[in-house]
Amino acid sequence: MSDSKNTGAVNTAIDANHHLEGALLPILHQVQNNLGHIPADQVGIIAKALNLSRAEVHGVISFYPSFTTSPQGTNVIEVCRAESCQAMGGRKIEATVKSALGVNFEETTECGKFTLEPVYCLGNCACSPTVKINSQIYGRVTSHSVVSLIENLRQAGDQK
Amino acid sequence: MTPRIYIPQDSSAISVGADTVADRLAERLVASLGNKEVEFVRNGSRGLFWLEPMIEVETDAGRVAYGPVGADDVDSLIEQGLLEGAQAHPLSQGLTEEIPYLKNQQRLTFKRIGLIDPLSIRDYQAHDGFKGLKRVITMSCQACVDEVKKSGLRGRGGAAFPTGIKWQTVLDAGAAAGQKYITCNADEGDSGTFADRLQMEADPFALIEGMTIAGIAVGADMGYIYLREEYPHAHAILEQAIAIATEHNFLGKDILGSGKNFNIQVRLGAKAYICGEETSMLESLEGKRGEVRAKPPLPALEGLFGKPTVVNNVISLSSIPIIFAEGADYYKDFGMGRSRGTMPFQLAGNLKQPGLVELGFGVTLHSLLYDYGGGSASGRPLRVVQVGGPLGTYLPESQWQVEMDYEQLAAIKGVLGHGGLVAFDDTVDMSQQARFSMEFCAVESCGKCTPCRIGSVRGVEVIDKICSNEDRDSNLDLLNSLCDTMENGSLCAMGGMTPFPIRSALEHFSDDFK
Repeated sequence: MSDSKNTGAVNTAIDANHHLEGALLPILHQVQNNLGHIPADQVGIIAKALNLSRAEVHGVISFYPSFTTSPQGTNVIEVCRAESCQAMGGRKIEATVKSALGVNFEETTECGKFTLEPVYCLGNCACSPTVKINSQIYGRVTSHSVVSLIENLRQAGDQK
Repeated sequence: MTPRIYIPQDSSAISVGADTVADRLAERLVASLGNKEVEFVRNGSRGLFWLEPMIEVETDAGRVAYGPVGADDVDSLIEQGLLEGAQAHPLSQGLTEEIPYLKNQQRLTFKRIGLIDPLSIRDYQAHDGFKGLKRVITMSCQACVDEVKKSGLRGRGGAAFPTGIKWQTVLDAGAAAGQKYITCNADEGDSGTFADRLQMEADPFALIEGMTIAGIAVGADMGYIYLREEYPHAHAILEQAIAIATEHNFLGKDILGSGKNFNIQVRLGAKAYICGEETSMLESLEGKRGEVRAKPPLPALEGLFGKPTVVNNVISLSSIPIIFAEGADYYKDFGMGRSRGTMPFQLAGNLKQPGLVELGFGVTLHSLLYDYGGGSASGRPLRVVQVGGPLGTYLPESQWQVEMDYEQLAAIKGVLGHGGLVAFDDTVDMSQQARFSMEFCAVESCGKCTPCRIGSVRGVEVIDKICSNEDRDSNLDLLNSLCDTMENGSLCAMGGMTPFPIRSALEHFSDDFK
């Protein structure tokens, strides 16, 4: 059931983008956005459509941090680790978020609600420190404000 | 007159609550005004980020500003005469144009930022937009390239290569080469930089116009903007702006009846810092792993899909319209030495007044930090500034009198890069900053060159050993030797320049490594 749903999404992405020059990244982005990851068993279909080898497609997926081969948590929390945020207390924010979630970077909480990712600059350096939660960027965060954002999401998840 | 209120919609303003403020304001005004109308404009930020969210109100004397405004300030602002531009409120900043931070700038590339609705092509044209393009379609290709050469414009992405010479190479590749491309490098990954983002979010038509001029000048009819995925808001704005420009015949077929065609597509990166390196970006645009290519061949001759390709940064391309609108001489008159025109300096890190400061080359670093930046945000003494992104040198206070131009910085082993400044106060531990430089390189290396791929991993270990006083002297020698190998044995700046911040930290802050 879910395999056919995955294949459908992959074929839709291929149909929408295969005519483009350098179509592989646009296809992978669309699949990642729609399915939340790029299932390993779909690599062959993408490779065949673009006349590439599976190794080539796998090589591209594994090169870019945006593409994942397993599903991420319901909420993705990205904490900026770069210099401007460091200068404004970013290292403390990193530690606070890790301890609030009980995971390290590139890990997902056991409940599946949160994935924590490092990010190297969100271009919000004039409002450092910065975190991104799902699609929303938050500037001038404090340990307190970031913990309360996480708690809100935790509770919202529990109500569902 | 219908009162007009401006609330920025760029992603930094939104990150500190501009949308919430806009919603609250709309709600309160509807309640208090009844049928009387108010016009809301979602402009881009003026670049005075410490004041964001900054609301402006149009008055007879000009626009007046209030900031930083929180949603809870909205009621008191309205009570104290926001709509009339009254200046009694504690958040009042007076006439926007008179705020010294803005007034003392030389805004050329960013002249429209915050003034206009980013997606109003009428606003854009009312502020000299497409004036350059209209001139270009009456000129020969060679005359266009000559104008860029004469302006002295050098690549604002970091490499500072003369833009006109790059264009000449692509023009000279001739029609026999077939397809040519204009590619815009919008993979702005350096920490402390946000000029590209602000440009694209607040004045996207300038980039579109600049790329179109580049296409007409070198004989290319296709352009790609390689945009980092971390900028979804810029993506949405660019897509809309491209559609609007095409609808108005500033893009597409037979542009303004000139017989010239030019199209632009936006392509998203996938969070790989290395794809800001031009050859890695081209690989990525082709749908491959973003591994760096050896040069030669130059991208200008064998670039995207092996075709002659202009690779320019967002700010380089967005500076093109004013060069053609006002003439190369006008642009060249700003700046100093061999660094002509203006540079958008980006003030970030631990500063009281972070933001975008566009000035002619030659302002001192000290002036940027104190006259504009206002000193540290924390109130503690500033200790060090990293100029030019994560591969840039850490400059101690003894070097802050440097005049900011490419050559003056090079003379003190610094780089201007993309113009980002990250300031640190005296709580910074420079051994940890050096360690981070190696760690960042290990994370972001494309893996092609061994000194960068492996050297960075070993670099973290060696710095850890030095800091724990393990064979200190021999490990310091080893670190130096490792830096030499990385500098000399890497194809691109990732491995080649990672040693810059590390060496400067060691040179000026050796006590931190004990």
